[in-house]
Amino acid sequence: MNFIPPDLAPAYPEIFLLVMVCIVMLADLFVGEKRRYVSYILSQAALLGCAILTFSTLSSDVSYTFSGMFVDDPMADILKLMVYITVASVLVYSRAYISVRGMYTGEFFSLVLFATLGMMVMISASHFLTLYLGLELLSLSLYAMVALRRENVLATEAAMKFFVLGALASGFLLYGMSMVYGATGELHLSQIADAIRGGDIDHQILVIGLVFIVAGISFKLSAAPFHMWAPDVYHGAPTAITLFIGSAPKLAAFAFVMRLLVEGMGEMVADWQGMLVILAVMSMAIGNIAAIAQTNIKRMLAYSTISHMGFLILGLVAANWNGYSSALFYVIAYVLMTLGTFAIILMLSREGFESDHINDFKGLNKRNSWYAFITMLMMLSMAGIPPMIGFYAKLSVLQAVLSAGYIWLAIVAVLFSLIGAFYYLRIIKLMYFDEPETDAPILPNIDVKMLVSVNGIAIIILGLFPQALMGLSLYAIESSM
Amino acid sequence: MVSLSHYLILGAILFAIGVVGVFLNRKNVIIILMAIELMLLAVNMNFVAFSHYLQDTAGQIFVFFILTVAAAEAAIGLAILVVLFRNMKTINVDDINELKG
Repeated sequence: MNFIPPDLAPAYPEIFLLVMVCIVMLADLFVGEKRRYVSYILSQAALLGCAILTFSTLSSDVSYTFSGMFVDDPMADILKLMVYITVASVLVYSRAYISVRGMYTGEFFSLVLFATLGMMVMISASHFLTLYLGLELLSLSLYAMVALRRENVLATEAAMKFFVLGALASGFLLYGMSMVYGATGELHLSQIADAIRGGDIDHQILVIGLVFIVAGISFKLSAAPFHMWAPDVYHGAPTAITLFIGSAPKLAAFAFVMRLLVEGMGEMVADWQGMLVILAVMSMAIGNIAAIAQTNIKRMLAYSTISHMGFLILGLVAANWNGYSSALFYVIAYVLMTLGTFAIILMLSREGFESDHINDFKGLNKRNSWYAFITMLMMLSMAGIPPMIGFYAKLSVLQAVLSAGYIWLAIVAVLFSLIGAFYYLRIIKLMYFDEPETDAPILPNIDVKMLVSVNGIAIIILGLFPQALMGLSLYAIESSM
Repeated sequence: MVSLSHYLILGAILFAIGVVGVFLNRKNVIIILMAIELMLLAVNMNFVAFSHYLQDTAGQIFVFFILTVAAAEAAIGLAILVVLFRNMKTINVDDINELKG
């Protein structure tokens, strides 16, 4: 038997990133505390290189490699490009925060890049094994990152909770996968789809597997009723890590859901639609109502994430191209909003001060009106008020749900986002109508200043002209699924 | 003769013990780690049984990967546990409650 080497071209970005992580790890051993910026620049260069590689292989065809375990399609390309942008922004935003808290170390950079690699593998997976390995590479890196501040009680407790619930979710997911494997005899997503389409399969075993898979997925998406870890982890983790957990992995989780449910088990849409309806309604209800009671802004944003994930799932409930593409649009919008909001929290924090209480936003307008304005844009966008991107994202999801015939679901979604508007508007009220509690100057670096401004402006521009991004999402979904 | 359903029932029982162990245990975090390990082993049992029954080796190869990842997971879990013990001087599940709301 001859050994045929696999075609490596579709996986060039992943291979390049793996090589770069090793280089960052080794290089970091040789640079001292003083020249730690070398690791930072190398990490950014790694992401830039990946972006160039992904960009140069953009095409509308779907190519498989590694015996069909790895796929490169337009959806993967777009999500990966978004992941690079997100991770690069996370690195820029968190540099000042981590350097005054003793986390500006090689471990931070290598863990961020390993997590990125895990996300990329998840996004490009077309086999249960690659899905699982990508997910674990991401999760294990995240557990370690939460515990990076070893002397901090809250951070280590959050890491423990995150670890236990994350491992539990992996167990559920694997149990579901084993059932699907038993029912269909296949591990490739496309062959599973073929086997289900061919009939002659014990439907009951398949549904048991599906239930476990959906439970595992909703843990990873932090959708209710499997959301318990999110508030504690968001609260306990260092803010820079919270920013990372809250942003890029959601893109990968979206791809994960699309691969498993739509690509692999698209024939069972009638079975998973009902489960997703329950997840969506519970997430929107618990997320929006529990967020009102929060005084810690990181905890509030965790509940806000839960409600956003409910909206994202609504797009999947519609189960057509419009629904999937609006969900893709929603996840991109969500990531942009999360990046901007946490960037402001990171900017307001300083040595020995976390700025994670909502009262720390009091009178921000008097301290710096431009950052107050950007925060207002983020809050309005999260609440879904036009002309921000968040409004258009919610609108397109609701349109997809309505066209699929779920009128009551759309009404429920609108009611809950109305409730949710309260806690976003409260932040705006604190910023503009209250007196500041401190007059400490806000002095971010020039790169943070520029990036956060671009981020804020993108929220409006993409909200006013959403057609380009929407068209891109629709194109990605249509040519991949 | 041991049939496929015997293996599946064993797998389901082990998995259930694992899940119950994670949720009902109020004493010791190490027991949670053991329960998680048990869940993953139950999944392995399922994969091996299906793999044998379907005459398809892919399932058994999957098991190797799960075992490897489970080992890495246990390493990280124990590392976090050591750090937690240094900070809180306890690994009693009931005492780990700084974060709530």
